[in-house]
Amino acid sequence: MEAALTPPDRVTRKKGAGIFLSPAVIILLIWSLIPLVLTLWYSFQNYNLVDPTLKGFAGVSNYVYLLTDPDFLYSLLNTVLLVLGVLVVSVGGGVLLAVLYDQEFWGRGIARVLVISPFFVMPTVSALLWKNLMLHPIYGVYSAFMRAVGLQPIDWLAQYPMQTVMMIVAWEWLPFAVLILLTAVQSLDHEQKEAARMDGAGPIARFRYIILPHLSRAITVVVMIETIYLLTVFAEISVTTSGGPGVASTNLAFLIFSRALQQFDIGGASAGGVVAIVIANIIAAFLVRAVARNLEA
Amino acid sequence: MAKVELRDIRKTYNAEEIIKGVSLDIENEEFVVFVGPSGCGKSTLLRMIAGLEEISGGDLMIDGARVNDLEPAKRGLAMVFQSYALYPHMNVYRNMEFGLKLAGMPEAERRQKITDVARTLQLDAYLKHKPGQLSGGQRQRVAIGRAIVRNPKVFLFDEPLSNLDAALRGQMRVELATLHRRLKATTIYVTHDQVEAMTMADKIVVLQKGVVEQVGSPLELYHHPRNLFVARFIGSPPMNFLPVTTRSIDPEGVTVARDRGESLLVPVLPGETASAEALTLGVRPEHIVIDPEGDVHGTIRMVERLGALTLLHVTLADDTLLIVQTDGDHGGEIDRPIRLRLQADNCHLFDARGIALTKLTRHRLAR
Ligand SMILES: Nc1ncnc2c1ncn2[C@@H]1O[C@H](COP(=O)(O)OP(=O)(O)OP(=O)(O)O)[C@@H](O)[C@H]1O
Ligand SMILES: [Mg+2]
Repeated sequence: MEAALTPPDRVTRKKGAGIFLSPAVIILLIWSLIPLVLTLWYSFQNYNLVDPTLKGFAGVSNYVYLLTDPDFLYSLLNTVLLVLGVLVVSVGGGVLLAVLYDQEFWGRGIARVLVISPFFVMPTVSALLWKNLMLHPIYGVYSAFMRAVGLQPIDWLAQYPMQTVMMIVAWEWLPFAVLILLTAVQSLDHEQKEAARMDGAGPIARFRYIILPHLSRAITVVVMIETIYLLTVFAEISVTTSGGPGVASTNLAFLIFSRALQQFDIGGASAGGVVAIVIANIIAAFLVRAVARNLEA
Repeated sequence: MAKVELRDIRKTYNAEEIIKGVSLDIENEEFVVFVGPSGCGKSTLLRMIAGLEEISGGDLMIDGARVNDLEPAKRGLAMVFQSYALYPHMNVYRNMEFGLKLAGMPEAERRQKITDVARTLQLDAYLKHKPGQLSGGQRQRVAIGRAIVRNPKVFLFDEPLSNLDAALRGQMRVELATLHRRLKATTIYVTHDQVEAMTMADKIVVLQKGVVEQVGSPLELYHHPRNLFVARFIGSPPMNFLPVTTRSIDPEGVTVARDRGESLLVPVLPGETASAEALTLGVRPEHIVIDPEGDVHGTIRMVERLGALTLLHVTLADDTLLIVQTDGDHGGEIDRPIRLRLQADNCHLFDARGIALTKLTRHRLAR
């Protein structure tokens, strides 16, 4: 009885916990380490699924081939463009919509649900919706509109593939930004806004000097989370343009996919994967530091 | 420096009238305190004067000009909020500067003003601090400083001290009073606190359910409450009330008695009071004297010793409860019988509608 009431000894508890935790830890290690190690291993191998005779240690040739490939640079640029473009649209639009939806107006509840709903649509589905239902040059709603007013519809996905993908992805992420930023806007103390009014701040000054600084933390969080996901956008590209025309809408994730599963070059794809991991980690390091600073303040 | 006039001010929320026609004159340099129970509309009234809440009816005049439709900032007022409402991302200096900057005041002048105000409020050492790094009292000072730098015609305060502990509240109360004497700005102050109202006000406005019950100096309200509500609301511990009936009406006042007999001549004008009418006698705890010859018999039920004072809770034969205030040395014990005398000159009589009968003489301190 006595023993049960005294807290368990620290050391024994640690030992016991170690044993019980080990399955989870081991599975996690296997889960994350083995793919990483294998990817690293493959990236230094000659390994192509369509040419079994090609094998053995490749040195850094996979990397040299990748880094000197103009497609790689192009896809890197596309990745950056996609991340930045979607961030600007979703955060910018998110802030504006959040402030708008903070106001009282008739039907606000329904409007809120509508603005949030795209977030619940699967990426492949929303890409298909945009490709076929909205933007299809013949059957699309947009094209019908254009023809109705006597204009020639633009074939967006063929002519502006990257911008169109960006638009679709932004459409998917805008609700997320609105959701987070709206809760942040609503947490702003009413008396602070009123104090600003007494100080002579009009709507624009209140937005600039009171609301925006109040939102800065929420914005950092949105930027961080979105960046992590936007670096690996794949489904939308695969469904709409397959990275084309040419490599016009190929980002890093899609390039690796096409190397591995369209050209069957496992070695080259693995090298791409390693480069992607390095890039993601650099960005993550910067982001985490920026966020940490912002959350501290 | 300004005169504020309210002319039949009304406020309606969702078809429910919250402020039911308030008319009030606030003189230049006057310190006016709004008091009343929670939910009576004090904040709403203040916010309408500030311009944060639309005025549903009536006219609000500042210095003779109607300002109903003027933006808050254009009315020349400054407000101190209960939550302070400082801008958390700006330091103390920027907090005070914000309004001046928006008003387009040149940099040098801003700096001069803020340094001056910071010195009077002993905030010079904290100008670079963010509000989050300040104590409650310091934040309060910043909020006041932010109001002062703008040099407003009228100061508005909504329960500014209610977030502070008792000691700090006492200190800030004195500081605010001193500040008012120095700045001489018209001030409207909302509070729950009796002591704040009594000590700081030139004029107290007692509100109930959106109606002004009485306006007057603190001692006027204390000595000459107009009705039962004000009598009950002003003074702590509250006034005692006893049901009585009139016995006779004379030029010297109205003689009343409780069921059991003891009669008392209260020096008030009878008004329309008839003989044998049921009235309410009001007497404050400090106006009941313990007297072995006294004609009110009771039993002590509870003793509250406050140090300087002792409060006795006494029940009479018919179970009416009286609170009696006596000095701190009184050795009252629970369940002992006690005899009391009511100071007739300080008693109040209220008719069936709760309206006080006018006293024959005004108290010398109640203008
Ligand atoms: N925005 C609003 N919509 C509807 N009713 C409101 C609104 N603001 C206040 N009221 C109502 O108006 C009445 C007066 O509120 P007010 O805040 O002025 O009270 P108060 O006297 O300041 O009370 P307290 O002493 O508790 O601060 C309350 O009954 C409240 O429910
Ligand atoms: Mg209030």
